[in-house]
Amino acid sequence: MIQVNQLSKKYNGTTVLNIHNLEIPKGQSFGLVGNNGAGKTTFFSLLLDLIQPSTGNITSNDIQVNTSENWKSFTGSFLDESFLIGYLTPEEYFYFIGDLRHQNKADIDALLARHEEFFNGEILNNKKYLRDLSKGNQKKVGIIATLIGNPEVVILDEPFANLDPTTVSRLKKIIKELAENPKVTVLVSSHDLQHTVEVCDRIVALNKGEIVKDIQTSEETLQELESFFAV
Amino acid sequence: MIKKFIYLEWKAFIRSASFGKNLAMKIIMGFLMIYFSLIFIAMGIGAFYILKEMHLEPLVTVNRFLIYYFLFDLVIRLLLQSIPVLNIKPLLVLPFKKPVIVHFSLGKTVLSFFNWVHALFFVPFSVVLVIEGYDITAIIFWNLAMLSFIYINNFLNIILSNIDKLFVVFVGLILVLGGAQYYKLFDVTTFTTPFFQGLYTIKGLFLIPILVLAGLYIFSFKFLKKNLYLDAGLSVKEDVAVTENLSWLNQFGTLGTFLKNDIKLIKRNKRSKTTIFMSVLFLFYGFLFFGNTHQPPVMHIFAGIFVSGGFLFVFGQFVPSWDSSYYQLMMTQNIPYRGYITSKWWLIVIATFFSTIIASFYLFFGWEIYLTIVVGAIYNIGVNSHLVLLGGAFTKTPIDLSNAGGAFGDKKAFNVSAMLLTLPKILLPLALYAIGLYLNNKNLGLALVAGAGVLGFIFKDKVFSLIEKRYKIEKYSTINAYKQKS
Repeated sequence: MIQVNQLSKKYNGTTVLNIHNLEIPKGQSFGLVGNNGAGKTTFFSLLLDLIQPSTGNITSNDIQVNTSENWKSFTGSFLDESFLIGYLTPEEYFYFIGDLRHQNKADIDALLARHEEFFNGEILNNKKYLRDLSKGNQKKVGIIATLIGNPEVVILDEPFANLDPTTVSRLKKIIKELAENPKVTVLVSSHDLQHTVEVCDRIVALNKGEIVKDIQTSEETLQELESFFAV
Repeated sequence: MIKKFIYLEWKAFIRSASFGKNLAMKIIMGFLMIYFSLIFIAMGIGAFYILKEMHLEPLVTVNRFLIYYFLFDLVIRLLLQSIPVLNIKPLLVLPFKKPVIVHFSLGKTVLSFFNWVHALFFVPFSVVLVIEGYDITAIIFWNLAMLSFIYINNFLNIILSNIDKLFVVFVGLILVLGGAQYYKLFDVTTFTTPFFQGLYTIKGLFLIPILVLAGLYIFSFKFLKKNLYLDAGLSVKEDVAVTENLSWLNQFGTLGTFLKNDIKLIKRNKRSKTTIFMSVLFLFYGFLFFGNTHQPPVMHIFAGIFVSGGFLFVFGQFVPSWDSSYYQLMMTQNIPYRGYITSKWWLIVIATFFSTIIASFYLFFGWEIYLTIVVGAIYNIGVNSHLVLLGGAFTKTPIDLSNAGGAFGDKKAFNVSAMLLTLPKILLPLALYAIGLYLNNKNLGLALVAGAGVLGFIFKDKVFSLIEKRYKIEKYSTINAYKQKS
């Protein structure tokens, strides 16, 4: 599904990301772990054509992301709060994204009803604009919005950060359900090794922009990662 | 401790986003500031002799209109002068004493542009008065009183700024008083003039405004100190949100989706609401030119463009910056650029159209004047709407939607650059019109300008493709620039 070729990103001569080759097959749930500044967000930004690669390219479903825009129709993503429109209510935001993804109101309502538990009664019909919601609740909105229009690629940057323990376990459930669908490729990045190991089939660890580990998840994965990141 | 504050302020000033702009811009801004200061000073000096020429006693006449002057000042402040409270947050937990923080933030407003700009008028005016033989001590006392009134407004603004829409009340007050005076129903100045004049003639009366000012300072101090908590004065006010579907716009497809969003954008954010107010002000811009024999006739087209173009200039100028805070979202969604630009274009066209209709009161000056405005509107729709959208690809200043004071004045977003960008949009029609006037045919000039507008309209699709391409090229640097905000 996603193919990375000779990809690198340099800022003023400093290489912040350098991936020779990486292939993510369709239907895989892919976890990206690493310390601050390892290049996780940079990689996702390149994948979403928000920044330009210094060399190489990424193709998603055989579409090179920085030359064609056709990947947008099957990709759902949430990197940070700048993906939210602050002056809309959550409902309006969902309908707005729904309109752009050619979903009608009933489709959106069905999706929201399915995730009512995840919202925990704090999102819908709350008479609040997105800008006035807490960080955690904003994140909930952003995450569910990526699911609108049944995307084939779902990209979530640090989805577990800022969420309360109950929501984290509900989110894990959602990601696992997505991962079970053989058509959906999920990409998740996190600092939290345990969460990532729990929801992903495959884990790639980045360090200073280079891939340092690439493992299929097994019983020993968590331990292996923990010993790798331990000082 | 104060030294630390000044250090922070200085850093905030030199590192503010707009300060970092290129040198050329700074120089032009400097010139503009000097230019406007000179105009004010010239007004201060000239006022005396002009009034004298009109056989009016200068000081009495000025005193007569002071009530309007200060009311108007208060309205402007309520609209544009922002109160710097949010910067206080990080200081609260540091070892600063609360009174020091409050005194400092109050003191900071004292130095605001909105205060010292008045001195540029009053000081030269007073100097002229003294030269012309007025009593020097009385003039000094009178000035002290004026100074107090300006600062009374300054502190009133701080106390009142939390009350929304208050400026409407004051605008209403000015209109009612002005209207009543104009139609000789009730003249408020018969009551206020003796008081303001008394500040000059009666020794010691100036103490009254000074005492009021002192009282107001103490009150604002207590008010702010009491509110120096995260859930009181420092809290960001949350509006009660109402979900609006605006489903009648659905019939326009993608265009409707964007229009819906833009309408909500304008309705729900302070900064964008200000633009609506500003575009209404632009409607009255023509009064400066029409029926004014001091202005060269070529300037009529200038006014014609501005009357209907208010929204275009204050809103259109900042497309796509209005969407800056969620630009990354827009770039990852399945959005055709053309649909996005078209929706903004329609918004501008609709606003221009309505401004033109409202401006029909200019028919009072004769149909020729209104024709100029209509021609200006045609040019705005045909050419300027494209120019602002094209210019938008290059204006990469992120907009903080919640900040109302940003549009003018506030030094952190002093936006002369925005005004400069409007110049090319009026030079061409000015030139076309001048050709017509040069050939001694006013209608030819109007026809030329309107023709340019129609031509632009015909080539709309071509121009849009060009704009679309430009936006795509600028995409990465725009995303990057919008991220700089925080």
